[in-house]
Amino acid sequence: MTALDQSQIDTEITAARDAYAKALADGAAVRHHPSRDYAPYRSSELRHPKHALVEVRDPEAVELSGPVFGVTDVTDLDADLTRQHTGEPIGERITVTGRLLDRDGKPIRGQLVEIWQANASGRYAHQRDQHPAPLDPNFTGVGRCLTGDDGTYRFTTIKPGPYPWRNHTNAWRPAHIHFSLFGTAFTQRLVTQMYFPGDPLFPYDPILQAVTDDSARGRLVATYAHDRSSPEWSLCYRWDIVLDGPAATWIEEGRDG
Amino acid sequence: MAELAPTPSQTVGPFYGYALPFPGGADIAPAGHPGAITVHGHVYDGAGAPVPDALLEFWQPAPDGSRTGAPGSLRRDPVSGAVIGRHGLDFTGFARVPTDADGHYAIRTLPPGGVPYLAVCVFARGLLHHLFTRAYLTDADDPLLTALEPRRRATLIAIAETERVHRFDVRLQDNGAHEETVFLDFP
Ligand SMILES: [Fe+3]
Repeated sequence: MTALDQSQIDTEITAARDAYAKALADGAAVRHHPSRDYAPYRSSELRHPKHALVEVRDPEAVELSGPVFGVTDVTDLDADLTRQHTGEPIGERITVTGRLLDRDGKPIRGQLVEIWQANASGRYAHQRDQHPAPLDPNFTGVGRCLTGDDGTYRFTTIKPGPYPWRNHTNAWRPAHIHFSLFGTAFTQRLVTQMYFPGDPLFPYDPILQAVTDDSARGRLVATYAHDRSSPEWSLCYRWDIVLDGPAATWIEEGRDG
Repeated sequence: MAELAPTPSQTVGPFYGYALPFPGGADIAPAGHPGAITVHGHVYDGAGAPVPDALLEFWQPAPDGSRTGAPGSLRRDPVSGAVIGRHGLDFTGFARVPTDADGHYAIRTLPPGGVPYLAVCVFARGLLHHLFTRAYLTDADDPLLTALEPRRRATLIAIAETERVHRFDVRLQDNGAHEETVFLDFP
């Protein structure tokens, strides 16, 4: 594969955004999720289906229920990524919190939230991450928690650093935290990434820009919440998550708990 | 009440491997259960190459048809905090398995009750939004299968290699030689 430079990627990002704006103007629906076929993200080229998805409108579908998690699946330490080793990790200590909601605004209770991220220098504790930035022996970058009764999740962690990747020459990911989420239905499953406000790398990143709708893309960016920062301890970022999914989810007696 | 707009999907990326997979994640069936079946296969891209960095999740009813699942997939060792997995008494219905270097996965489970399929969710580096499909263990008289033309329908039906081993490959993209897996949307 020939190495592309940023200007070629920028041209493609602009073209995709213009095509979406034109489709919207012509009456197309708002697209909340990224297109799986997004040329500026090179790895998508051979990994997106060409056939249209087949719609399932079956009220008996297994997918309208989903896996459940409970107190056996998390420990208290899982939500504090700064306390998983004997020493303190290096970097800017932060709190990340928000609510997990469905599209009606109802909290999703007692469900599993998983996060993973690079350390403060932009390196993952993963064998295949060969970015020559230091690993931090006191930071792994994996967290889990269950949402509370009002859908709240909360993690204490270290602000991740941006890191280079090989999509094109001089490709850098804006700092982000990966999130994995479950709703009450398997159809609500979501894996996504949270970004930090004001990051100068946003316009250059094909993964964030794959969300071509401006408003939708904005929903991936957390808000700095000064009133929730802990004095003398950590800055707070707030990020609510809304799970997509079918209008009617399958309910079994006694399931809610 | 006005509907809230959903949070967009983003790719799982290449580095989920130390965060999402867990020991025993491929074993829904209790160890040594005489009724256990294996479902396995490869994930392929549009060039027909195996995808070594995909993550598959399976969700299914218990053999008695119950769809309530059970917690305990990620049960912890109380001393070290390490994931030790299920105790094998409750049926969690949930599997999570990464593909290996050859793009292969395998899970061990019990046949689902009441329906002939396992629900499957596919994540991968390069995939900006996950894909849903179904692994049917038998070619059933089912509303979804019935609506599909034979060539498409065949992509959802696992091949019975033996009585207890079913092969279900996932092809992310049509490459001319092989039919693309039918992927599903739940509007
Ligand atoms: Fe990342």
